[in-house]
Amino acid sequence: MHDDNEYKIEAKSGVVSDTTAKGDADHLPPQEVPDQDLYHSHSWWTTYVFSQDAKYIGVQYALTAVGTGLLGLILSWLMRLQIAFPGLGILEPAAYYQFVTMHGMIMVVYLLTALFLGGFGNLLIPLMCGSRDMAFPYVNMLSYWMFVLAVLVLLASFFVPGGPTGAGWTLYPPQAITSGTPGSNLGITLMLVSLVLFVAGFTMGGLNYIVTVLQYRTRGMTLMRLPLTVWGIFTATVLAMFAFPALLVGGIMMTLDNMLGTSFFMPAIISMGEKLTTEGGSPILFQHLFWFFGHPEVYIVALPAFGIVSDLISVHSRKTIFGYRMMVWAIVAIGALSFFVWAHHMYVSGMNPWFGFFFATTTLIIAVPTAIKVYNWILTLWRGNIKLNLPMLFSLAFIVTFLNGGLTGLFLGNVTVDVPLSDTYFVVAHFHMVMGIAPLLVVFGAIYHWFPMVTGRMLDEMMGKIHFWITFIGSYAIYFPMHYQGFVGVPRRYFEIYDSPYMSVSGLHLNAFITIAALIVGAAQLLFLYNLIYSARAGKKSERNPWKANSLEWLTPEMPPEHGNWGKELPKVYRWAYDFSVPGAKEDYITQTTPPSAVLGSKVERS
Amino acid sequence: MIERKSIFKSIFEKPWEESQILKDNNHDGKALSMSGSKLGVRYIMLVSTVIFSLFIVSYSDRMLVHDWKNMPEPWLLWLNTLVLLINSYVFHKTKVFAYENDYTKTKKGLFISGLLSYSFLIGQAIVWYLLMKNGYYADANPANAFFYLFTALHGLHLMGGLIFWGRTTSKLLKSDNKLENLRHSIELCAVYWHFLLIVWLVLFGLMLFT
Repeated sequence: MHDDNEYKIEAKSGVVSDTTAKGDADHLPPQEVPDQDLYHSHSWWTTYVFSQDAKYIGVQYALTAVGTGLLGLILSWLMRLQIAFPGLGILEPAAYYQFVTMHGMIMVVYLLTALFLGGFGNLLIPLMCGSRDMAFPYVNMLSYWMFVLAVLVLLASFFVPGGPTGAGWTLYPPQAITSGTPGSNLGITLMLVSLVLFVAGFTMGGLNYIVTVLQYRTRGMTLMRLPLTVWGIFTATVLAMFAFPALLVGGIMMTLDNMLGTSFFMPAIISMGEKLTTEGGSPILFQHLFWFFGHPEVYIVALPAFGIVSDLISVHSRKTIFGYRMMVWAIVAIGALSFFVWAHHMYVSGMNPWFGFFFATTTLIIAVPTAIKVYNWILTLWRGNIKLNLPMLFSLAFIVTFLNGGLTGLFLGNVTVDVPLSDTYFVVAHFHMVMGIAPLLVVFGAIYHWFPMVTGRMLDEMMGKIHFWITFIGSYAIYFPMHYQGFVGVPRRYFEIYDSPYMSVSGLHLNAFITIAALIVGAAQLLFLYNLIYSARAGKKSERNPWKANSLEWLTPEMPPEHGNWGKELPKVYRWAYDFSVPGAKEDYITQTTPPSAVLGSKVERS
Repeated sequence: MIERKSIFKSIFEKPWEESQILKDNNHDGKALSMSGSKLGVRYIMLVSTVIFSLFIVSYSDRMLVHDWKNMPEPWLLWLNTLVLLINSYVFHKTKVFAYENDYTKTKKGLFISGLLSYSFLIGQAIVWYLLMKNGYYADANPANAFFYLFTALHGLHLMGGLIFWGRTTSKLLKSDNKLENLRHSIELCAVYWHFLLIVWLVLFGLMLFT
């Protein structure tokens, strides 16, 4: 239908504008897709509570996730106090294991996954794609309330007899459901039900992200013109589509083992001197299912972080992202590879060494696309006009931290190195660095970056700087010593570690040091929360597009964007989001909606 | 029409090149030539396929253990399978009627489809009842447990489909002899019912032959 205007303009290589000055270059085909029918709310309830607007849902998701995450933070404080000062007797052994489990599950699933995909996904996808809303706003609302229900069920497990499950966040059977493990009855059941609800809600969310990104973009917005943020979230959603079913399947079967006495995972067991009725089940099968979910889950959290940080670095160093195509390919490649590495979490489960060898190889291959990304971030910074503001500081901290955590991953990915290090604090240090601190730094950077878009106000810079330096240096104070502890053999999961022949004195002192650092870093997060609340009410008013970014979310007629995002007409897109510091252009940025005729004489850089 | 590249081909585009810019400016923003709801149904079917595949993998792993005892398949299951088969066929015919703009036949087709789906579900419930009466409980043997699990999940998927069937039917009754806006929904329902038939045939075949 549009073939006739496709080659109207003869392209001279090199110069964008001279050829297009003749007029027709700004032409876009008329909008073919009819505008989306939106639900317009009429009451407070349907605007703020049962909202069908993706922006509100995004904020709802983010607030719920952060609220749950605060609980996870408090649990970690209590655990750290117990480890450092066992003499105080702060926690009973059962409580310690319950807190470990809840801390892990909350942080990985209910905080990070929900925040990146539910929060940033809902907020940014429609705005960055130039759509009015998600494809199915009603399903989107259901998705959020399903998540709330999952959180409530999870929290309810604190109040049932026996308390929440203490099986560790991996929930391995048979110990998760045999007596002797805290919460082996109601606690684990509620946990599994909550996870099933989460997966169900998440699948509805994913439906929206995928359909919106693929089918509801505005005119001129091709896939390869999308900001990398959308690429990261989109690919993570595709991963979730394949990974979360494994958790669902494992969860359902373990619930049945627990409630009906089936033996999917339960082998013949003699427990407390009595033979249980179960027989023949395979606990290893659960481990495979769990990690077939669990490893891609790492990338479900990491890929949106990669995408977001790429955009932050490009905007705040006023430079085109280095190797955009390579960045997209790396995201896709990491996503694909993440499904072939799961058993590297199971080297000590008694599997065949050749099997381990295979998984060690695939694990090390992932280092290639990941390294490409790190190099590209650094090359984007190279000779850029770097603004050392808060989003940039957090992005830089992310690169360093991710590199650190990634390097220890190379150690743990090798079977022979992993076996002695497995179940020590080295592992704890590794995964907290790479999928705890690193994505959280991106979350903070992203919040400082997009806060003006949501509230119309800037976050306080001074409080932000304090928050940054304490978080950045503090998290190294916490996790660097843990690597050392791991090397000298301090085991993880022990609820108290006293002076013993197996434990060097330095290990004990380090425990106290780590705990104090953890308390300080945690307190800094409260400052951050205060900053959020304070600035949302009384922060400095933000100008439109305060960071001079190119992508569509800053180009709405109103800021903060209104319901329906775009006023009367959807935006038209003429370029990608990375035209920064283009030679010959008046400003150092050319927004995605700037037609070619408006930037005559400028020559776009090629990478 | 706009030529659509596959997603995997489009990631080789160079969005900064002159010729590509001119092409991209003409892009309407859709990656695939299908409606959003059709893509949505495909997404749901894909996720379900992953779920059922993982169950099948677990089944194959678990059946190798010595305590596995096959369960008898009651004759009623064959009848249920037949019902589901007819159900799928009727839904297909309904879709054809909807595109031929035959309001009465479409209405009839939708009613019969719903009726058949409900009778399938009732039939499955009776199978459960018969099996439990004969002592084939879920905790007696993993084969039994898998049987209940498969039938329950397949039934749940069908119930989910029935929600959309109900919405389509009620819209049809209110639509005043017009089918334009409903054809697409009916078509998507039909696709989903075919999908559930295939899932059931795979699961039933798996339990039959092992």
